[in-house]
Amino acid sequence: MDATVRSWKVETRTRASTGFAVVALVLVVVGLLAPFFIGRSMLRDLFFILTMLVLAQSWNLLAGYAGLVSVGQQAFVGFGAYAMFACVSLWGIDPVTAILAGGVAAALLSIPTGFFAFRLHGAYFAIGTWVVAEVVRLLLAQWKALGGGTGTSLPSGATRDMAVVEAIAEWFGVRSSHASDILTYWLALLLAALTIGAVYKLLRTRQGLGLAAVRDNHQAAAALGVDGARLRWVIYVGSAFVTGLAGALIYVQTARISPDAAFSVVDWTAYVIFIVVIGGIGTIEGPIVGVLVFFVLQNLLADYGSWYLLVLGLIGILVMLFAPRGLWGLFSDRTGIQFFPVRRILTGGPAITESSHQGGEPHG
Amino acid sequence: MNWLDTIVQGILLGGLYALFAAGLSLVFGIMRLVNLAHGDLIVLAAFLILLLVTALGLNAFVAALVAAPLMFAVGWLLQYHVLNRTLGDDILPPLLVTFGLSIVIQNALLEGFSADSRRIPAGGALETASLDLGAVSVGVMPLLTFVSAVAVIVILNRVFYGTALGRAFRATSDDPVTAGLMGVEPRRVFATATGIAMVVVTIAALYLGTRANFDPTIGPARLIYAFEAVIIGGLGSLWGTLAGGIIIGVAQTVGAAVNPEWQILAGHVAFLVVLIVRPRGLFPRAAD
Repeated sequence: MDATVRSWKVETRTRASTGFAVVALVLVVVGLLAPFFIGRSMLRDLFFILTMLVLAQSWNLLAGYAGLVSVGQQAFVGFGAYAMFACVSLWGIDPVTAILAGGVAAALLSIPTGFFAFRLHGAYFAIGTWVVAEVVRLLLAQWKALGGGTGTSLPSGATRDMAVVEAIAEWFGVRSSHASDILTYWLALLLAALTIGAVYKLLRTRQGLGLAAVRDNHQAAAALGVDGARLRWVIYVGSAFVTGLAGALIYVQTARISPDAAFSVVDWTAYVIFIVVIGGIGTIEGPIVGVLVFFVLQNLLADYGSWYLLVLGLIGILVMLFAPRGLWGLFSDRTGIQFFPVRRILTGGPAITESSHQGGEPHG
Repeated sequence: MNWLDTIVQGILLGGLYALFAAGLSLVFGIMRLVNLAHGDLIVLAAFLILLLVTALGLNAFVAALVAAPLMFAVGWLLQYHVLNRTLGDDILPPLLVTFGLSIVIQNALLEGFSADSRRIPAGGALETASLDLGAVSVGVMPLLTFVSAVAVIVILNRVFYGTALGRAFRATSDDPVTAGLMGVEPRRVFATATGIAMVVVTIAALYLGTRANFDPTIGPARLIYAFEAVIIGGLGSLWGTLAGGIIIGVAQTVGAAVNPEWQILAGHVAFLVVLIVRPRGLFPRAAD
C-alpha cells in the first residue's frame, strides 16, 4: 500500500470560479468608480439594472432554491418603500437610514404573511402570496397621511439636503440632484454585491446543502435530519428583507410613490420572474444574464408599448418549455463553466481513477 | 341600510365567483394544474363574445353559444400542445408557463382592444329587469348568473360521477399510468378537461361582461377571487366552491355597504380568516 496517503478534501472552487472572483472584484471596483466617467442617464440605467438584479436574486433564492414560487414579492417592495416614505416624510429620518428601516419593516411583515402563505403549498402558495400583496396594497391605500390611493412625493430636498449628498456634490462638482443619483447608484451597487455574496455564501454552507437536498427530495432530506420548514422560513424572511431594501432604495430614487405603482405585480414580480427564467433559474449566474437580456430587450422594444411585455412573456414561455435551465443553463451545460460553483468536489486522498475523483452527482 | 338586501346581493354575486372558480377547480382536480392565466382566459372569452355581438349583431346569449365551442378548442389545443409539456413533479414549469401566458393574453388584448372599458349589451330590458320579492328586489341578470352557477355545478358533478368521460377523468387523476394501460390516453383526457373548463369560462365571461364593465387588465383579480372560492370551499368539492364563492360575495357586499373602499379588502380578509380557522377549506375532499 502507498505510504503517503494524502488527506481528503471537499472543495467547491474550480479554476473558472477562481478566475471569475478576480474579475468580479475588478467589476465592483470599476462600478464604484463609474460615476467619474459616465453621465447621469447611464447612471440611472445602471441603477435600474442593479436593483432589478437584487430583486431577481432574492426571488431566485426563493423559487429556484427553496421551491417557494411567490407571485407576491411586490408586497415587500411596496411595504419597504412605504416604510421608507413614512420614516422620511412623517418622522424626518434621513433617507439612507430609512432604507434600512424599509428592509426591516418588510422582514417584519413577512412573519405574519408567511404564517398565512405557508398554509398553502405549491401553486396555491403562489396565489396566496398574491392575495397577501393585494391586502397590503389595499390597506396602505387607506393611509391618508401618505396620500391614500393617489400616493405622495418625498418632501423636496429630503435627499438633496443630506450631508453625504452635499459632500458628493462638492467632491464631483455636480448639482445636488446628480449627487443624489450617484449616492443611490452606489447604494444599489453595494446592495447587489452584498446580496450576491450572501446568497453564494449561504449556498456553500451546510444550510445551502440542506436546501438543495430538500428541493431535490424532501423526504430523503427529512430522513437525514434536514429541517426543511425552518430553512424555508429563513429564506422567506431573508428574501423579504432584501426585497424591502431594494424597494425602499428604488423609491428613494423615484421620490414619488402610489399604491398601484409600489405594489405593481408586473413591475416587481412579472419582470423579475422573466429575468430569472430567461437567464436560468436555480443558478446565481442566471439572474445576472437575465437582467442584461431584459435591459437590452426593454431598450429595443421600448417604443412598442404592450408588444414589449407580450414578447417578454412569449420568450419566458418558450424558455421554460424548451430550455428550462435558461440561457445560462444552455451555456453552462455546453462548456461546464460555473462562476459560482456550489457543487462539492472531493479532492486529495490516494491517487485513484479519474471517474471516482470527480465526486459523483452535482449537489446544487 | 337593508342588511337582508345586502346579503342577498352578496349571495348572487357569489354565483358569479363560483362560475369563475368552477373551471379552475375542475382542472386542478384532474391534473393538479393551477392555471395562473385562468382570469385572463375569462376576459379573453368576454372579448370574444363582445366581438361576436358587435361584428355579427348576435344576441349576447347566442354569441356565448357560438363562443363556447371556440373556447373549447382553445382550451383543448392549449392543454394538448403547451400545458401537457409542463406537467410533472416539478411545480415550476406549469406555474411559470401559465404566468407567462397570463401576461401574453393581457397584452395581446390591450394591443387588440385598447385599455378602454367595455360592456356586452345583454339586450334591452334584461339588463335592468328585476323581481320584487317583498323585502328585497333581485335583478334578473344576477339571479340568472346564480342559477347558471348551480346548473354548471350540477352538470359537472353529473359528468364527473355519472359518465364514461367522468370515469376517465377520475381514473387519470388517481393514476395516469394505470389509466393509460386501460386504454385511456391521459394527454387527451387532460385536453378534454381543459376544453370543458373553457366552456365554463365562456359562461362566466358572458355574465362578467353583461353585468359590469371589463377591460384587458382585470383578469388577475378574477383569478384571485376564483382561487379564494376554491380554497374556502376545499379542494376537489364543486359544491364547496359554490359556498366559497358565496362567502367571498357576501363579504364583499357587506364590506362595501360599510365603506365602499372596503369591498375588495373585505373579500380577501374573509379568505384569510377561513385560512386560519380551516386551512383545508370548509368541505375538503382531495388529499392535497
